[in-house]
Amino acid sequence: MTETTVTYCDRCGEEAAAVDHTACRAARELEPPRYCAQCRRRMKVQVVPTGWTAACSVHGSPTDTPLP
Amino acid sequence: MSTSSSSVLDRARTRVLEQGLGLEEADILAVLQLPDADIPAALQLAHEVRMRWCGPEVEVEGIVSLKTGGCPEDCHFCSQSGLFSSPVRSVWLDIPSLVEAARQTAATGASEFCIVAAVRGPDAKLMQQMRDGVAAIKAAVDINVAASLGMLSQEQVDELVDMGVHRYNHNLETCRSYFPNVVTTHSWEERWGTLKMVRDSGMEVCCGGIIGLGETLAQRAEFAAQLAELEPDEVPLNFLNPRPGTPLGDQPVMDPKDALRAIAAFRLALPRTILRYAGGREITLGDLGTRDGLLGGINAVIVGNYLTTLGRPANADLELLTELKMPVKALSATL
Ligand code: SF4
Ligand SMILES: [Zn+2]
Ligand SMILES: [Zn+2]
Repeated sequence: MTETTVTYCDRCGEEAAAVDHTACRAARELEPPRYCAQCRRRMKVQVVPTGWTAACSVHGSPTDTPLP
Repeated sequence: MSTSSSSVLDRARTRVLEQGLGLEEADILAVLQLPDADIPAALQLAHEVRMRWCGPEVEVEGIVSLKTGGCPEDCHFCSQSGLFSSPVRSVWLDIPSLVEAARQTAATGASEFCIVAAVRGPDAKLMQQMRDGVAAIKAAVDINVAASLGMLSQEQVDELVDMGVHRYNHNLETCRSYFPNVVTTHSWEERWGTLKMVRDSGMEVCCGGIIGLGETLAQRAEFAAQLAELEPDEVPLNFLNPRPGTPLGDQPVMDPKDALRAIAAFRLALPRTILRYAGGREITLGDLGTRDGLLGGINAVIVGNYLTTLGRPANADLELLTELKMPVKALSATL
């Protein structure tokens, strides 16, 4: 079993190490993730009044992957 | 207080507070142009107007997206348009999850639950989902059901009435003169046409928009005056939350002082309407802004999350209402 690796920013989809994602991290307090952190595919995201769910067609739901 | 600003607030005190009439466009603009030092006085007057003509109750609502993303329209602020490179993907909510969202909304004490779809107007599939969804909610949850499904035909209006949808949301978004700068795939007049049909059907009319789209203050005043002409039961007031990938994605978040001026001005233009804090309040005004707005003319809130973005936890708003001694409007009071 491989470890889940955070390769991409789940807000902007850019490489985690390539640019500064401070603004993305701040924005994520009031936004669900949009990109899969493992493959940068856009996820299917459903927001409901008390939460949200997200799913990548390949990697499934993020397990609250920490942001880069 | 400067002479000119004290005179507009004096006129508002007579016309709006005492007579219950909305401020006229020129004076709405004067309120939007008040110097910083006069903002507290404007909010105080707007609060008095709200208390006198609406009362202390606050209407609490939850909203949920039944169909997210992939919209064929091009509203330049919207992350759900399929025409931009927004990261929001198309997704449908299933009926059990819709009912669960209504149940969780009702558990906060909310009296309103609004079902929203990102569409130009409903197709047969969406109308079927609405029939099934509204029936399932009504069988399981005590809450008023509202809907926001874009532009409607007369048959669809009639069907929504039959389903028991009590209020319909359709935002004009901005004033007539600025609308073509924001939307090119349909017209302001088409939206107005749907609103007229909704009004004539007996459903309550919910119609507001977004402040901070790049409109001038004069256009903001024009918008408030046009809403007043429509006399909606409810006006949701959004502040632009610039969404990545949309044409307005790089627009700055509006100045919180301008947001507060807008709250006061819209209340003075619409003394009797339900004026709801909607999206963008967190990013524009922060936690303190929620309090300032509720003490400045706002008498309704969306609790919990929005359609594609997240809000403050419902508890934070409900605790604030308790602290402000503003009772949540009970479901029984709305029937
Ligand atoms: S019609 Fe509604 S969902 Fe579609 S782009 Fe405009 S605001 Fe967004
Ligand atoms: Zn990022
Ligand atoms: Zn993935």
